[in-house]
Amino acid sequence: MNVLIEWLVAIFVVVGGIFALIGSIGLARLPDFYTRLHGPTKATTLGVGGTIIASLLFFSWQERGLQLHEVLITLFLFITAPVSAHMLAKAAMHRDLKRMKGTRGEPWKQ
Amino acid sequence: MKRLLPYPSLTLVLWLTWLLLNGFSVGHALLGLILAVVLPLGTRPFWPQVPLVRDRMGLLRFVLRVAKDILLANLAVALKVLGPVKDLQPGFVEVPLDLRDSFAITVLTSTVSLTPGTVSADVSEDRTRLLVHALHVEDPQALVAEIKQRYEGPIKEIFEC
Repeated sequence: MNVLIEWLVAIFVVVGGIFALIGSIGLARLPDFYTRLHGPTKATTLGVGGTIIASLLFFSWQERGLQLHEVLITLFLFITAPVSAHMLAKAAMHRDLKRMKGTRGEPWKQ
Repeated sequence: MKRLLPYPSLTLVLWLTWLLLNGFSVGHALLGLILAVVLPLGTRPFWPQVPLVRDRMGLLRFVLRVAKDILLANLAVALKVLGPVKDLQPGFVEVPLDLRDSFAITVLTSTVSLTPGTVSADVSEDRTRLLVHALHVEDPQALVAEIKQRYEGPIKEIFEC
C-alpha cells in the first residue's frame, strides 16, 4: 500500500480516536448533566469525522474508486446529533436537574 | 408535474442517497426513483414551508465557516475537559432571535449544538429567544454577540426571511 496513504489514514484514525476518547472522558468526569452533554456532541463531530475521513481514504484507495458511504454517515450524524442533544437538554430542564455550582443564568420553566 | 413532485430537490437527494447506499445498477435506479417520488408525496403533510435558498455561495461560505469553527472549538473544549473541573464556568445564555422562519431557526440551533462548547437547550414558545447552555463562558454578552453575528446573520441572508 502506498506509504503516503498509509500515513494519512493512520493520522486520521489516531486523531479521531483521541477526540472520541476526550469526549468520553468528559462524559465521565464533568460534574452535572448539562456539562456532560458537551462530551458526546464533540465526539460526534471531530471524533467520528476523523474516523470517517480515514475510512473514506482507505476504501477509496483499496477499491480503486471513490467510496461515498461515509459521506452519508456524516450527513445523517450531523442532522440527528443536534436534535438528540436538544431533546436531552429539554428533558433535563423539565425534570429540573441539579446544576453545577457556579452555573450562571437560569434554565427556563416551560 | 408540481402535483407529482412537490419537492424536486428532496426527490433528487432521496434518489442519490438510495443509489449511494445500494450501489449503482438499473434495478436500484428504478426502485430508488419510485421511492424518491412516493416518499415526499406520503410525508407531504409533515413538511413545513421550507424557505428558498437565496444565496448559494453564501450557503457554501457558511458551511466552510462552521466546519472551521467545529475544528477550532473542538481543540478549545478538549483542553477545558481535560483541565481542572472547578475552573469551569458553565452558564445558560439567552439569545434573542431575529429569525422568524422555523426552518431557519432549526438550522441555527443545530449549528449552535454542533459547534462544541455550546448546546442549544430550548426555543421559547413564541420563537423570539433561544436558550443556549455553554460549557465555559466568561462573558455571556460576547457569546450572544458571536452567535448572532457569526451564525444568525449569514443564515438570515441565505434564506429569504
